[in-house]
Amino acid sequence: MPALPLPCPQRAAAAPRPRTAWSDRLAQAALLALIALLCVGLLGPLAAGLGQAFVPAAAGSSTGDAFADYLRSPALLQSLANSLQVSLLTTAIVIPLAFAFAYALTRSCMPFKRLLRGVALLPLLAPSLLSAIALIYWFGNQGLAREAWRALGFDGIYGAPGIVLAECFATFPHALMILTAALALADARLYEAADAMGTRPLRRFLTITLPGAQYGLVSAALVTFTLAITDFGIPKVVGGNFNVLATDVFKLVIGQQDFRRGAVASLLLLAPAVLTFCIDHLVRRRQAAALGARAVVLAPRPQPAFDAAMAAFCGLVALLMLAMFGMAVFASLATLWPYNLAPSWEHYASGLVDAEMGDALVNSLVLAAATAVCGTAAAFAGAYLQEKLPGRAALRTLLRLLAMLPMAVPGLVLGLGYIFFFNAPGNPLHGLYQTMALLVLCTVVHFYTTGHLTLVTALRAIDGEFEAVSASLKVPFYKTLWRVTLPICLPALLDVARYFFVNAMTTVSAVVFLYAPQTRPASVGILNLDDAGDTAGAAAMAVLVSAVSIAASLLFLLAGRWAERRTQRWRAR
Amino acid sequence: MNAPAARAFGVERSAGAGAASAMPSTTAATPAAAGHLRLEGIHKRFGAFTALEQIDLAIGRGEFICFLGPSGCGKTTLLRIIAGLEAQTRGRLWQGGREISQLPPAQRDYGIVFQSYALFPNLSVADNVAYGLANRRQPRAAIQARVEELLQLVGLPGSGGKYPAQMSGGQQQRVALARALATSPDLLLLDEPLSALDAIVRVHLRKELRDLQRRLGVTTIMVTHDQEEALTLADRIVVMNHGVIEQVGTPLQIYREPASPFVADFVGKANRLRAVAEGDRWFRCGSLRLRCAEGHGAEGLAAGSEAWLYLRPEDRIIGRLPSDLPGRPGPCAGTVQRLEFLGGTCLAELDVEGLPGQPLLLQFSLNQMGEFGVQEGRRLEFALREDRLRAFALPRPH
Repeated sequence: MPALPLPCPQRAAAAPRPRTAWSDRLAQAALLALIALLCVGLLGPLAAGLGQAFVPAAAGSSTGDAFADYLRSPALLQSLANSLQVSLLTTAIVIPLAFAFAYALTRSCMPFKRLLRGVALLPLLAPSLLSAIALIYWFGNQGLAREAWRALGFDGIYGAPGIVLAECFATFPHALMILTAALALADARLYEAADAMGTRPLRRFLTITLPGAQYGLVSAALVTFTLAITDFGIPKVVGGNFNVLATDVFKLVIGQQDFRRGAVASLLLLAPAVLTFCIDHLVRRRQAAALGARAVVLAPRPQPAFDAAMAAFCGLVALLMLAMFGMAVFASLATLWPYNLAPSWEHYASGLVDAEMGDALVNSLVLAAATAVCGTAAAFAGAYLQEKLPGRAALRTLLRLLAMLPMAVPGLVLGLGYIFFFNAPGNPLHGLYQTMALLVLCTVVHFYTTGHLTLVTALRAIDGEFEAVSASLKVPFYKTLWRVTLPICLPALLDVARYFFVNAMTTVSAVVFLYAPQTRPASVGILNLDDAGDTAGAAAMAVLVSAVSIAASLLFLLAGRWAERRTQRWRAR
Repeated sequence: MNAPAARAFGVERSAGAGAASAMPSTTAATPAAAGHLRLEGIHKRFGAFTALEQIDLAIGRGEFICFLGPSGCGKTTLLRIIAGLEAQTRGRLWQGGREISQLPPAQRDYGIVFQSYALFPNLSVADNVAYGLANRRQPRAAIQARVEELLQLVGLPGSGGKYPAQMSGGQQQRVALARALATSPDLLLLDEPLSALDAIVRVHLRKELRDLQRRLGVTTIMVTHDQEEALTLADRIVVMNHGVIEQVGTPLQIYREPASPFVADFVGKANRLRAVAEGDRWFRCGSLRLRCAEGHGAEGLAAGSEAWLYLRPEDRIIGRLPSDLPGRPGPCAGTVQRLEFLGGTCLAELDVEGLPGQPLLLQFSLNQMGEFGVQEGRRLEFALREDRLRAFALPRPH
């Protein structure tokens, strides 16, 4: 080492821990608070649910734990087989259709792309029950097209065929979104290279398009499978005597008050969800490097015959979607199905007034609004603290894991865990049980992951040195957060708020265990109406909930436009 | 850039500006006795990886310092430790007599400019520059005047109403500079500020940066991997490699008297010749015998030990060889194998007689090319400037 012009030869002492500014302490306190919230709203209930499944049976019984009990019950094993069967079938049907639709959207020049896409995504805004109810009106015992269904060789709509068909409608938009995103990422240079070498279209498709979208395909298949196996509303409405795990959980817990076996069934639901979550996580990791920064975006070129074929196919799918919605609307307006089809508001009026659905709708609105506000705030806080907070690496990693976990937990499992956790006599939070606050907490946690990931993506797009620059200018982080980070993220925030709102409006699975008579949300009310045999009333309410979701989405769209004009002026060059 | 703005700065920072004006670049090499910014025994580890090891450094008030080194050498980490954005594993720092080792960034006194500019995209240029002023409870008019003054200072008068996205990269970097200078910081930290710019803009902005720093007299540390940038800008250069300081010195010292083979290789072009020490500063290199000047590293090499001899391509004499050159230059001859055209100069690769397998690069200006008849295949007679030779022990194989 060369001699250094340093006048201080004494040994440097070890640096003590750096002092923290009080504003950083504030951020760390927020981090801890958020982790605590996720522990209470996620880890606690999950642990309680797990614990319940392994509790030994009551005294006098010679059997071991609840698992052994369960596995001795052939009826429940049959449900497991049924669940796997319908979920696999749904996946096998939805993925090719969604892939073709996504391919048409991204790789053809067919007309009306936006409209077709909008229609295909409609089921996202409706309770999943809606497609099941509409199916009953189409193909049920008094259905309009019952004979056509019989002619196809099915006995009736109730059971596996109905579940699969309804799940196809409900899961289609989820698969479509993932596949559209996967197919949109294409490097035009690969296709140009293939064309330059005179590659035939089929070989080009098999060697470039499919490999490029394979991660999207895996991801979409896993999501579809998980949605189908954990869904509860559709089998409840159209399942008939065909039992699946999700309905078993409900029957065991609500019907027979058998919490232990209910917990075991819910754990069996958790297993495939966790498995698909892990596979998806691994797949996503490998996809990161798939498209380089220098790629040229592929722009489709007009091919009249191909475009027309694609338009016809997408039109057909969109028509089916509309038929589903249209039937629900039509049936909800029919005076007395199938004898008097004259339109009237009777079912709406009786549902809102007699069945107290008016209160339920208000509850749903409160729940959705509170979830949108709290969920967006919590997801942003989580994403911000994870991405922008200096230090505390261990806590931030913990937060990241906690934020990813809800994706792997089916709503039924979460809701059941809430019962065990918050209804436990020793829990100081027992007071929350059956309150609206608990419903909000549960819904926020249930849909947390997607909101979190969206905002993490938005925050990662922002220069990482803003906080450092602010510190050097002696501006505390929250001021930069308020003046810079939040305004830049506003479009993403609105997106996340809309996502929370719509899902809170339509969700059934978690809240079905947690509502009290005075906090019953509309989506659960639909289930109750259907249970009571008032299918027309259920249809009316499902349409109403969908209408609210659509209206809310339009409002968010308008708010987004307004925000863009007000706060995103800087984007224009 | 205009004079009144500079005067305003001069009043505010009279000490700094005074020191700078009283300190021509030749004497800037000797830092203030105590060191305005002092680093002592800085270590930084990331897990098992040692990013910085035993960094000791003293920087004088008003100095322009460049941290120079290849990527991954720890120079940016060191800058971030000075800024408080990264915590050192060991070691202490003082700035202006105050210990800052444990202070969070907000309690230190510096302005910083990043390679990415890090301008707030949703705020106008004026709001960006005023960002650090706004929370000092100054009247709005005073802030506005200050912003306009700063924008004039960086050569962007009247562009306060624009948004960053409407400006070119060079303009954005000027705004970032104005923002960093707005609060009249005691220390200016620049993290590769010119690396993201086009070559021409970079050279232009380099000159302006130097002028600005001279006028304001603000102590400045710039991280760069561009040796040309460091050589033209810095009062002193800190050459770093693998987390340690290889050498600290003026640009001329770094170029002429590299302290290690790494510095000689990294800064400028150099010929590296394999040689064997013969004692008394004599070396045998092929069939040539060369003698190093005193204090050029030859003293530590025992007779018979192997060594590298470093020589810059311009350290040759050609044409009329004066007989009274120091160290009696050894006359050589060689054949030009290849020419590399660099614009104003050319590099000629020669096979030197008596030096097989060790081609030598010599530099000629374009005029000299014609004057001495340097062409491929031609034989040249020349002499090596032995007084410029530097000797280093051959590193032992691991």
